[in-house]
Amino acid sequence: MPNAGPVKVGVYVCHCGLNIASKVDVSQMVAYAATLPGVSVAREYKFMCADPGQELIQQDIKDGLVDRVVVASCSPLMHEATFRRATSAGGISPFLFQMANIREDVAWVTDDRDAATEKAKALVGGAVRRVSEHESFERRYVPVHPEVLVVGGGIAGIHAALVMAEAGKHVYLVEKEATIGGHMARFDKTFPTLDCSACILTPKMSSVRANPNITLWTYSDVESVSGFSGDFVVRVRRRPRYVNEDLCTGCLSCIDACIYKRGRTDDPWNEGLSKRRPIYMAFPQATPSVVVVDPEACVDFRTHKCPRPCVDACERNAMDFDQKPRIEQIKVGAIILATGFHTFDARRIPAYGYDRYPGVYTSLEVERLLNASGPTNGELVMRDGSHPRRVAIVHCVGSRDANTNAYCSRVCCMYSLKLAHLVRERSGAEVTEFYIDLRTPGKGYEEFYEKIQKEGTRFVRGRVAQVTEEDGALVVHATDTILGKVRRVPVDMVILAVGMEPQPDAEDVRRLFNIGCGAEGFFTERHPKLAPVSTFTDGIFLAGACQGPKDIPDTVAQAGAAAAEVLAMVDRGSVEIEPATAFIDAAVCSGCRTCVGMCPFSAISFDAATNVATVNEVLCKGCGTCVAACPSGAAQQRLFTDAEIFAELEGLLYA
Amino acid sequence: MPDTAGLVKLPEEMAAALATDDTAKQPFAPTIVAFFCTWCTYTAADMAGLSRMAYSPAIRVVRLMCSGRLDPQFVVAAFRHGADGVLIGGCHPGDCHYQEGNYKALRRVALLRSLLGQLGIEPQRLRLEWISASEGEKVQRVCNEMAEQLRELGPLRLGSQGLQAEQVQNGHQEYLSIDTHDPVEATTP
Repeated sequence: MPNAGPVKVGVYVCHCGLNIASKVDVSQMVAYAATLPGVSVAREYKFMCADPGQELIQQDIKDGLVDRVVVASCSPLMHEATFRRATSAGGISPFLFQMANIREDVAWVTDDRDAATEKAKALVGGAVRRVSEHESFERRYVPVHPEVLVVGGGIAGIHAALVMAEAGKHVYLVEKEATIGGHMARFDKTFPTLDCSACILTPKMSSVRANPNITLWTYSDVESVSGFSGDFVVRVRRRPRYVNEDLCTGCLSCIDACIYKRGRTDDPWNEGLSKRRPIYMAFPQATPSVVVVDPEACVDFRTHKCPRPCVDACERNAMDFDQKPRIEQIKVGAIILATGFHTFDARRIPAYGYDRYPGVYTSLEVERLLNASGPTNGELVMRDGSHPRRVAIVHCVGSRDANTNAYCSRVCCMYSLKLAHLVRERSGAEVTEFYIDLRTPGKGYEEFYEKIQKEGTRFVRGRVAQVTEEDGALVVHATDTILGKVRRVPVDMVILAVGMEPQPDAEDVRRLFNIGCGAEGFFTERHPKLAPVSTFTDGIFLAGACQGPKDIPDTVAQAGAAAAEVLAMVDRGSVEIEPATAFIDAAVCSGCRTCVGMCPFSAISFDAATNVATVNEVLCKGCGTCVAACPSGAAQQRLFTDAEIFAELEGLLYA
Repeated sequence: MPDTAGLVKLPEEMAAALATDDTAKQPFAPTIVAFFCTWCTYTAADMAGLSRMAYSPAIRVVRLMCSGRLDPQFVVAAFRHGADGVLIGGCHPGDCHYQEGNYKALRRVALLRSLLGQLGIEPQRLRLEWISASEGEKVQRVCNEMAEQLRELGPLRLGSQGLQAEQVQNGHQEYLSIDTHDPVEATTP
């Protein structure tokens, strides 16, 4: 729509407390803004995002003083939505608004106050000129598909799926392993309550299986994701387990019948501390209770000469050696990613001797040793069959270390205390913890630390420099920073408290779902404080350790939060679509079709009859690539038209 | 009609800029227009802000949804309106929120660079960088580097770089009539 009459731009400069005001001369800016062409009102306020600030905007619009709004405050990624709402509440199109980012782009990154003020003025000049070109249009909505996808069946995915299923939503839960349960199913006890991990987890796993609202696909991977918030199309590849899932009852008679009476390959469930047979179930409470054939280990896949006693043993005829991968295509409105974490590979710190000295273990290996269903039935037996008398626990392996990961993994202090308790309880061994700081922030955590101290576990404050072997014993070298001297402590067993890292395929998953990762590789939340489970891609949410290291209580809380966000979205029934979509002026379009090939989303079609291209604005994601390519200027992008950007440039450089 | 005052007053502005050569009196402070894609580089700039990583005040950020939206005319317009340099920031290859917009930007910039060379605009004045959302530090480094390079290079004087001021003015008039060919009509949906 051509602009009817002169514009009346309201400029609102935010102090953001002292965040902006301490670096930018706000009064000078306001006086300057008032001189800009088209500006009818220029005001300042301490916190524009607060209600009184927003009401300033609304009132000015209602009073007829303003028909376009510029707020000079923080990043639009922070508060654009807030001020669009305020603009809309005043009674005009929410898109007659432009933000000038004078906090992240100016106040926080400029040392000199005069330079900051000049730069802020330029940005406001750009915004004023730009908003004068803005056009009025309304928000557009699409319906939300009521079904939901959860990726990852650890405690985060399980909890989120159950919450949503109990609210009556249909949930697809996709897990890459053959069973759900994740890391939590492999722990023995949980801190600080010392309840048995399986005892609190397996009932939830059974509920997943029993809930008619949950479709559980294990041994499956998400292959592709297309569509958009409210209407995603997802293809899931279900790998063959060579067992018919609908027929198998989990009786395990096939495993008993297998010609291999002992394990052949390292069992990843037990961190390679035991061997796995070619047909297996990860652990007794595996969910679904269905066996899996490992084609790498099963001799029939190589020789085709096995008499297949497993087939004969199965009364239900569930064995199916001809199974092929299956692709399922589903439509979902929202997606929760709960893909979890990976433990740090201790080989990356050679000085600690992991994989060189058999007496050096990772914490996850010791979890399996201590677990009643683990390779040693819960007894602390070392690789050489001996029982350790002296055990050292080395903290911060792959955490708080400039050479590996700078961040704190948050759980290692607490699980190390737990392991100290369990090791002492099971074996009577003497335990020494080598730590940098003990971090125990959490309900009952500090009390747990005190309890472990009183039990007699020893504590040495100092990062371990190396582990060596001398006269058949392991020696832990550390500088005791309390005594101020180097300690050499001989032990039988060293437990490396490995930190949490992103899954090795986190990068692929990130690209698949089109979300962001931080430098360390964990998925990025939309806002660290105020949108902790959302991502920058609408309709995709995060739960658990894929977003950053966290313990079980935090993971469950976050999974519940993600489920609540999804429920709110699904129950609302519609979502706003990207406003900044492209459109083509049929009168200007020359029919060259340059744009058609540019679009990565096949959103542009060409009508041979009229010789004009058109954009499907539901499919368009608003990148603007076609607009940049259009030689005739017929393609434009809402909120990013050529006119708007040229105006912004002029304002930036001349105003 | 939109206010085109800024457009028509351009030659005067430039004439004024050419007439008053005060670079000898005070150190030259360049102006750089930075086109940042909202998903990666703009977010990285926010991160630089959150981390209080101070960098040169020369940078003026224009947010685009994608570096693929970058019409080469935007770069030309920035230079024409007095920018001494233009920085383009997009997602790393393979990371584009829209799959491949950054590749489009890469190609357009390559083409544009050769064109700018013919106009006598030094290659250092146009820079394309892939900066992911987590690389706040890279925003700081790249902005500072570029500001420093341009300080050494001095202001962009389109008129004195091989072309006569009159030619430039004519060129601009012609250019104005192309790129803004009645934007109001062109953008009517």
